[in-house]
Amino acid sequence: MNDAQFRSLTPSVLGVLVRRGVDFAAAEDAVQDALIEAVRVWPADPPRDPRGWLITVAWRRFLDSARADAARRRREDLVDEEPAPGPAASEDDTLQLYFLCAHPSLTPSSAVALTLRAVGGLTTRQIAQAYLVPEATMAQRISRAKRTVSGVRFDQPGNVATVLRVLYLVFNEGYSGDVDLAAEAIRLTRQLAAAVDHPEVAGLLALMLLHQARRTARTATDGSLVPLAEQDRGRWNTRMIAEGVGILQAALARDRLGEFQAQAAIAALHADAPTAAETDWVQIVEWYDELVRLTDSPVVRLNRAVAVGEADGARAGLAALATLDQALPRYPAVAAYLHERDGNLATAARLYATAAHQAPNRAERDHLTRSAARLNALRKISGTSGDSHLDGDSSTGSGCDTPKH
Amino acid sequence: MAKYLLLKHYRGGPAAVNDVPMDQWTPEEISAHMRYMREFAARLEGTGEFVDAQALAPEGTFVRYDGEGRPPVTDGPFAETKDLIAGWMVIDVDSYQRAVELAGELSAAPGAGGKPIHEWLELRPFLQETPTITE
Repeated sequence: MNDAQFRSLTPSVLGVLVRRGVDFAAAEDAVQDALIEAVRVWPADPPRDPRGWLITVAWRRFLDSARADAARRRREDLVDEEPAPGPAASEDDTLQLYFLCAHPSLTPSSAVALTLRAVGGLTTRQIAQAYLVPEATMAQRISRAKRTVSGVRFDQPGNVATVLRVLYLVFNEGYSGDVDLAAEAIRLTRQLAAAVDHPEVAGLLALMLLHQARRTARTATDGSLVPLAEQDRGRWNTRMIAEGVGILQAALARDRLGEFQAQAAIAALHADAPTAAETDWVQIVEWYDELVRLTDSPVVRLNRAVAVGEADGARAGLAALATLDQALPRYPAVAAYLHERDGNLATAARLYATAAHQAPNRAERDHLTRSAARLNALRKISGTSGDSHLDGDSSTGSGCDTPKH
Repeated sequence: MAKYLLLKHYRGGPAAVNDVPMDQWTPEEISAHMRYMREFAARLEGTGEFVDAQALAPEGTFVRYDGEGRPPVTDGPFAETKDLIAGWMVIDVDSYQRAVELAGELSAAPGAGGKPIHEWLELRPFLQETPTITE
């Protein structure tokens, strides 16, 4: 049994304990103890029924700690009527656990940490490493989160949308340490998709698979970002793309469109193009129109302007951009790209430099700085006379606006 | 979920409201200040928002490469250098608003006369990890 299979048992084991009336925080501690015990014992003595073994050991651990804890009021009741171990409604328990860990009373960072620990079965140390915070800080974040939801009734219907937002955050936050959070998010979303029949869960799973399929092609050996148009499509994971497209098509066929399905549809159209030039931008714009309708998000409108620029030409893209708020994050990056496509190299170089200055992460900043430098070098070689589109905005100092690092 | 640096300056920032050098405080005022800082850090550990806190010695040396086969050149400290960093705290919070709120609380640390220093803290966001979904 590998690590992921092993950890996939966590939510149903935890769910059984909570369903038996154990306080969530105590149940979670007991399950963690059982997992640690399993790591120690299983290699030499693998159980026939791993889940049953974990339930038994976790239950015993809970009883031990409940006995030791004189303050625990309901102790006697629980100790006296130990239920017979046996298969519970494990899918329901798993789903309830997702709802609990993504409960609206939690902040996003707490919901993410609790989900990774209680549903994902990761250790506090692994979660702390992944998010680059001290283990003591993460331990506090998790125990506060457990306290926050300890009063929530386990059998209340939850909201799938809040769970999906948490899983999206786990997937999208990048990764560090020894745990690949994107892969972990896919595992948890798969598990959720098995527990609940919902087209948006399928949409998110498809979206994750389609992006994960391109992940290795997205980074050059030196760690720099490779834009979609320049990626070596031979390095895309075709098996993962096929799976993502299959899941998406089945979801779309149910005619209950949502944000994640629409995003996945755009990712699928990119994945489907044998070369960047063969991308079906017209269809991509149509999906962006759907997304605008579903979310009314200015960030979506910004991305739509890029797609319009590809489908109908840079001028059309710039016209779409002109209707948007210039203070939007990544507005200068999009404007730079569209101006470059339109041949306004001086403006584009200046905007790339501004965009680099505002970039929220290092890879993007370096990519934008390089784009500004590339255009500035081009302009130096060709001279101003060689650039028919130079728009009078060639104050050479503006290109030096790149961040120093 | 974003990390911020709260940067404390010996000099270089605008003057604090209660701008009295620490050696002019009473020993009790200094103790009260230190206790406030410790308790602030402990509270952030409790809320799961603390990452790191360090103080720096006021005097340092400038160092630069001086060419193949030559030892690095050292110089300074330069009295005229505008900016002098005293220390920092790194926090991991859910929003910019929360970071501002915490910086405000840290700036309220007591100083001379037991009154808040109202010192200016510089709040700088960390560049984040590259997101998985970029386009």
